[in-house]
Amino acid sequence: MRSALAVLTVVAALVAFWYAACVPMNIRGTLVEVERAGAQVVPPGAAQRRGMGAWGLIARNGFAVPATWAQERPRLPAPHQVAVELWNTTAMKKITSKRSLVFHGWVTLSATLLGFVIGTGLGILLAVGIVHSRVMDMSVMPWAIVSQTIPIIALAPMIIVVMYSVGVQGIVPKAVISAYLSFFPVVVGMVKGLRSPDAMQLDLLRTYNASNAQGFWKLRLPASMPYLFASLKIGIAASLVGAIVGELPTGAVAGLGARLLAGSYYGQTVQIWSALFAAAILAAALVGLLGLIERVTLRRMGMA
Amino acid sequence: MTRTSPVIEAEGLDLTFQTNDGPVHALKDVSLTIGKGDFVSFIGPSGCGKTTFLRVMAALEQPTGGSVTVNGMTPDEARRSRAYGYVFQAAGLYPWRTIAGNIRLPLEIMGFSRKEQDRRVKDVLQLVDLEGFGGKYPWQLSGGMQQRASIARALSFDADILLMDEPFGALDEIVRDHLNEQLLALWKRTGKTIAFVTHSIPEAVYLSTHIVVMSPRPGRITDVIESPLPQDRPLDIRDTAGFLEVAHRVREGLRAGQSHDD
Amino acid sequence: MILLVAAFLLWAFGWWLNVRLASGPLADSRAVQLLVAAIFGITVLAVWELLVRGLQVPMVILPAPSLIAVRFASSTDVLWADFVQTFLKGALCGYAIGCGAAVLTAILVDRSEFLRLGLLPVGNFVAALPIVGTAPILVMWFGFDWQSKAAVVVVMVFFPMLVNTVAGLRETSQMQRDLMQTYAASYWQGFFKLRLPAAMPFIFNGLKICTTLALIGAIVAEFFGSPIVGMGFRISTSVGQLALDMVWAEIFMAALAGTLFYGAVALIERSVTFWHPSQQG
Repeated sequence: MRSALAVLTVVAALVAFWYAACVPMNIRGTLVEVERAGAQVVPPGAAQRRGMGAWGLIARNGFAVPATWAQERPRLPAPHQVAVELWNTTAMKKITSKRSLVFHGWVTLSATLLGFVIGTGLGILLAVGIVHSRVMDMSVMPWAIVSQTIPIIALAPMIIVVMYSVGVQGIVPKAVISAYLSFFPVVVGMVKGLRSPDAMQLDLLRTYNASNAQGFWKLRLPASMPYLFASLKIGIAASLVGAIVGELPTGAVAGLGARLLAGSYYGQTVQIWSALFAAAILAAALVGLLGLIERVTLRRMGMA
Repeated sequence: MTRTSPVIEAEGLDLTFQTNDGPVHALKDVSLTIGKGDFVSFIGPSGCGKTTFLRVMAALEQPTGGSVTVNGMTPDEARRSRAYGYVFQAAGLYPWRTIAGNIRLPLEIMGFSRKEQDRRVKDVLQLVDLEGFGGKYPWQLSGGMQQRASIARALSFDADILLMDEPFGALDEIVRDHLNEQLLALWKRTGKTIAFVTHSIPEAVYLSTHIVVMSPRPGRITDVIESPLPQDRPLDIRDTAGFLEVAHRVREGLRAGQSHDD
Repeated sequence: MILLVAAFLLWAFGWWLNVRLASGPLADSRAVQLLVAAIFGITVLAVWELLVRGLQVPMVILPAPSLIAVRFASSTDVLWADFVQTFLKGALCGYAIGCGAAVLTAILVDRSEFLRLGLLPVGNFVAALPIVGTAPILVMWFGFDWQSKAAVVVVMVFFPMLVNTVAGLRETSQMQRDLMQTYAASYWQGFFKLRLPAAMPFIFNGLKICTTLALIGAIVAEFFGSPIVGMGFRISTSVGQLALDMVWAEIFMAALAGTLFYGAVALIERSVTFWHPSQQG
């Protein structure tokens, strides 16, 4: 209860800060607009104002402050402008429309999910192999760990273009990027999880003369679940970033990444911000969903 | 129970914790006087408030009723004038500091000069028999040695009062015997006033001039036994009739507290 | 055809060698562990080379490692300029500012239980968001040059660092705090002598996570606009020109920078948190 209040306070403070930041960020553009509309601005003329600080302009033109929250193409749109844009492009548009964020969100989401499923599946398989084969452990594991320190997302543009040149386009190239971005965290996390049972627990199974497979299903796999979910959450976030970045280099026309890029070409800041928030909401929903599954699963298994 | 001037005086002390299962009487109407140079042990089953009492003396808990003075001051004033050294159940040494660095910690906080710090560290290391280990890190030492270092840390700023909360509880019997012997020697040499929480009857009888028996729900004092044992106590005093008689009285006191509870 | 057979044989030989080494008597020594990983890496590279040549894969799909190496060696000046622009200016500046600001914020937050309760969930939430998406906005605000890349990096590293530092500053036991209280230590004495050293493992964990984030932020931000220098710029333009050998050379550069950056932070970590159980394995 107290923490909910604290979170709300912090969020409210952030929103207030955002509104406050809009004023100095947008004041110059706003003054040009209101002056054009016939208002008295001190000092008159954009050239006169060039040398002045934003705060000085605000102090002399207090009347223009509300207008900084209502510009059409502000440098920093106000929270309600983004909220209105989000509402207009989700609830008010048909979802098949090219201007619907639901449509763009789905394009990105489908690539994310496909890639995530492939990446996670392969990641778990490799982790099982690593835990059971000493050669694989020693050969592959160091490279999997090193991969965590490398910005492998830099491969994204190349994958899109190369796959395009061999005739593969649409969802698959983006899914490939999503897959390899989620692959490595899952491998590393899952290996850690499968190794998490301590020596005593393993010795206990040895006293039962349990086979490797029995050890895997009855001890290693259940013990790895908290680690698996932790890496799944990292993996899905990485997958989403992969899908968004995968939409950048080709001049794709659909997807949240395409919306970001188009917005930045045409200076449509409100569109950029709403695409950004759509991506954030999507990420939060995916991570939250995994968190929910985690809680239900772990409770069923008596681990939480 | 005073032969000498009182150092710690508690009068009608009450402490009630508010928990989710309702209020818990950790201490109820506890009165006790500890004289200068006394070695007082607090013994009783878990939940009898012996640790809580010690924490009240150290101003780590606030009593909800009654009064307590340490060196004639409130516990909080005593804490701020650094009147006591506190030894916890675990050594709690900082792993990123050497043994000497750990002993230096309170001295740094209390603003001793660098030269004085060095001198005191050297002195107390000798006092607890850890010369030559000052440069080691805690994780390079055994549990018993770590606990000795934590006692040295409490001794370093030379407070007259030592409050010890089951300091040897986590150690094995053999190490424990050894440390008991050393602690007794140290007490005799320094003449400090020691309040010592334990749940071991032999330990309490072996060390103390006074044994305070406590019982739970609500936490209270049921008996205070003055030890008739001589000042000089070799370890084999524990096999003498006098020792066993005191131990028997403590055990009876604990049992009485227990039956009262049922 | 011969090359394909050679690739297959080489793979089999490399694997056989590693099986022998991994089940050999010295398998637990550090040298053999490094050797096995190196053999695996070299085998992959050699098989890649042989397959590309054997199947005559066109350069625009996958260049052979030897071609990439030649390109790397012949364009060190370009690569160095890109490295300075993207890593030294963009990533490193942003990393220093972002991590520094996060640690200072964490120290402020730590004084207030209420702020901590409120900021930690928000920080965790933001840390999971696709922050690279702020790149077009920040490029718009700070211009095409490295300042906007540094700004993206600041935003990317701030919250993971904040969350780790706040968690670290809480990482003291009740007993350790009680001890400080028995000494009547002031807030800042307790902070510098107890809580800050105790938080170091967490702070370094955050610093290590952020090394990778910083490079990702700096490179991806360049996809949204940059001057004609920089690793992200080079990758996206070389992809456009189908000069894949250059792309791979640049990726190798990025990998090298990322690994060394991480390694450097890990090295400092080892000397600062030598006392922590995780460093004594």
